[in-house]
Amino acid sequence: MTAVEPGPSRGAIELRGVTKVYGNERVVDAVSALIRPGEFFSLLGPSGSGKTTTLSMIAGFVAVSEGSILVDGADIVAVPPQRRGFGMVFQNYAIFPHLDVFENVAFPLRARKLAEAKIRERVAGALELVRLERFADRFSRELSGGQQQRVAIARAIVFQPSVVLMDEPLGALDKNLRYQMQVEIKEIQQRLGMTVVYVTHDQEEAMNMSDRIAIMNGGRIEQVGRPVDIYESPASVFVARFLGEANLIEGTLGAASGGSAELQAANGLRFRARSPSAPARGGAAHLFVRPERVTIARADAQVQTQADGALNQTRGRVVQTSFLGNIHRHLVEIAPGVRMTVDVQNSGGGSMPQPGEEAALSWRVADSVVLDG
Amino acid sequence: MVDPARRHPFDAGTMLIVPAVLLLALVFVAPLLWFFAKALASQGGPAQIVAYVATIVTSKAVVSALILTNWTALLVTGLVLLISYPLAYTLANSRGMRFTLVLFCVVVPYFTSIIVRTYSWMVLLGRNGIVNQALIQLGLIDTPLTLLYSMTGVLIGMVYVLLPYMVLTLYATMRSIDPGLMRAARGLGAGGFYAFRRIYLPLSIHGVLSGSLIVFILALGFFITPALMGGPSDVMIAMLVERSVEIMYDWSAAAVMSLVLLVATLVLYGVYYRTTDVRRMMGA
Amino acid sequence: MHDLRLGRGLILYVVGACLVLVLPIAILVVLAFGDQSYLRFPPQSFSLRWFIAFFGDPRWQRALWSSLLIAAIACAIATVLGFFAAYALVRSDMRHKKLLLSFMLLPIIVPYVITAIAMYFVSAPLHLVGNVVWIGVCHAVIALPIVLLILLSSLQGVDLNLERAALSLGSSRVRVFTRVVVPLALPGIVSSALFAFLASFDELVISLFLAGVRSETLPVRIWNSLHLQVEPVIAAVSAFLIGVTAAVLLLDGAVRQARSNKTARLRAIA
Repeated sequence: MTAVEPGPSRGAIELRGVTKVYGNERVVDAVSALIRPGEFFSLLGPSGSGKTTTLSMIAGFVAVSEGSILVDGADIVAVPPQRRGFGMVFQNYAIFPHLDVFENVAFPLRARKLAEAKIRERVAGALELVRLERFADRFSRELSGGQQQRVAIARAIVFQPSVVLMDEPLGALDKNLRYQMQVEIKEIQQRLGMTVVYVTHDQEEAMNMSDRIAIMNGGRIEQVGRPVDIYESPASVFVARFLGEANLIEGTLGAASGGSAELQAANGLRFRARSPSAPARGGAAHLFVRPERVTIARADAQVQTQADGALNQTRGRVVQTSFLGNIHRHLVEIAPGVRMTVDVQNSGGGSMPQPGEEAALSWRVADSVVLDG
Repeated sequence: MVDPARRHPFDAGTMLIVPAVLLLALVFVAPLLWFFAKALASQGGPAQIVAYVATIVTSKAVVSALILTNWTALLVTGLVLLISYPLAYTLANSRGMRFTLVLFCVVVPYFTSIIVRTYSWMVLLGRNGIVNQALIQLGLIDTPLTLLYSMTGVLIGMVYVLLPYMVLTLYATMRSIDPGLMRAARGLGAGGFYAFRRIYLPLSIHGVLSGSLIVFILALGFFITPALMGGPSDVMIAMLVERSVEIMYDWSAAAVMSLVLLVATLVLYGVYYRTTDVRRMMGA
Repeated sequence: MHDLRLGRGLILYVVGACLVLVLPIAILVVLAFGDQSYLRFPPQSFSLRWFIAFFGDPRWQRALWSSLLIAAIACAIATVLGFFAAYALVRSDMRHKKLLLSFMLLPIIVPYVITAIAMYFVSAPLHLVGNVVWIGVCHAVIALPIVLLILLSSLQGVDLNLERAALSLGSSRVRVFTRVVVPLALPGIVSSALFAFLASFDELVISLFLAGVRSETLPVRIWNSLHLQVEPVIAAVSAFLIGVTAAVLLLDGAVRQARSNKTARLRAIA
């Protein structure tokens, strides 16, 4: 068992139709993805979406029902977990309580029968990377949660794996610590150039750290893409709702032309939006637009028009306004039972409509998408 | 179709249970089956076996032993329950020193050899034993009581041995009774005994039932204590079985009586199993 | 669990009951140090003569030796097999776990008399009566459920992720066992070994049938002596057995205390 040296050509993972069946339930359903070497790839989804099971199958702790998992071209499904050579970080840290920090981090090196001097060198290097050099002789019960997690990370990378799997590693930490650790993990990953497959249910975390995200729901991958792409152009209502706030207006599809389509909503409202696929006319659909892309102004104020019709406009009554620190959030009713959320940056200037007043809303057609279903 | 190369990662773990199962199968189950089969088959064919079983089961010795055994077991269970309940209650509502002391007093006899426990009572209850000596010296009696080699001795001995089982079982149930409930009952105006009868007692019933079952089952199979502390006419079924083998070499009779005892035990254990959650022991 | 104020009547009762529980054993120990050739309480003078009689008598020595040997064999077999069985029950994905566990608890359910007789019935034609190793194996059967119950709870306390972490770090399955599972389950293993030893050391019924004349164990020798006469040597032997029980309980308590001290320190920091 030799240590695998990370490099730009190593650490590619391909999932082909990976499925896991428990009894009658397809907990993971024909998941396919191509993870590039050195990529930070997240599996994001609510609990029960199958993301942890998928990671467990990559790690080898859960047997694959159907499909194959290829690492650098070789199918590893028959390889037991202790020979896959992946680093792994767990949510509850899994630090060996009966070994001190040094021995914890040295564990994989001892298992590979490295020379003592080499072990000391590597462990020192790993501890330095996570800034725990002075904690080598402590035990897990003497460490805080964040420190324990850093030990877990040091242990997972000390044998220089080309792939590191992380299962919600920051879930047990408080918010500020979590953000700090996200930055650290990302730095380590970029410094060492290893592939990371990261499972989380926290969309902010996934967007903050990932090169690409796979959104999972009910055992299937709903969409894979860069954070900005899936945020701006979600492929489904689920993805739109899962990442951040979303306006989703129900309606029926009208005419489509040149990459955009018309949506007819309640009360005779008509909007235009981007339509990347070619959905059938007359079918049910949602119009999607992010609250921060909608501008809001008092109804009596000057309304900006755009001559080329690339703007959606509507009016409504402000139902509620909330102050969330960095944004003002308005809830506007544009038709009976149809409400839109509008977020305005708290930049200090301008007067805004108050609850009860009439408001004029507008957003660019390019900022909204037609979603199926 | 699933590729046969895909073994479950924890298959080796399942194999680990095999040695233990083998040990039990070879050294425990096999002898039992062999014993029953051979000892009964020595009587002849199925018809003869049935007739033989009927003879033994209806014989005077066996019937009176069965009656005595059941009656004794019932009595012992009742006594043990009455004595243990307050002890268990105390344990469940104590911490620190009080808890450790009471637990110590319950646990030390529990782990002491049955022969030592029985012998200690033989020493105490003999005609010249300590209890009699003390009673005479206190002037309460003139002649020594026959406590040993009588039903009284058997009862005392069995109750002493079986007490810890009941205390610990009751304690386990009582521990989970929320003390706030009794406080609430009193706060609502219920007197001490009334609150106990309507609130605490029903909540502890589960422990009472399972403890009683365990004690009764164990009492059925007792042989050491009744043999040492009972009189010549105090013969329990387990003693009959032992005598059949050691003295009369009558394996067939022993087999029949053992079967009766075993069936009764297994049936009662089945009841116990239904009413408690064995799975909890495995953390499912 | 709080310290409830108990009524005076209850306290009196509990004190009385505890005394009745402990006194017979305590009195026996005191009697063992008596100097008379008959049992008299309280003893008028104390000496170790009955202990000397016990340890100096070749037959009692043989019985002690048999007891120790048998208990050691039973302890070793029951602890090892029970540990693996407990691990399999806690970790594996077997169907019928409940059934298997009930099966493995059978030895303490079936009345010992019946088990003993059946074992004797099989041992006699095989000339295994009086064979110390064979008796040890039979005792292991009785001790197995005890080991199982203790280790089931102990192994549930070992985090599965620790084993998975060790595997992911490249450790072989054997190493996971020796470096992670066993060290963490050690208090439970020690505890179950102690009680398996005690179960065999104190065991009477099976030994009665299987010991024969050559391999009398201490409890069997006591039983045989009782039918002759009630003499103080038996009190000394009993005191010795009580001492062994107390030693086991103290050792187990010490192991448990060491563990809880560690957890207490953990909680103090958290």
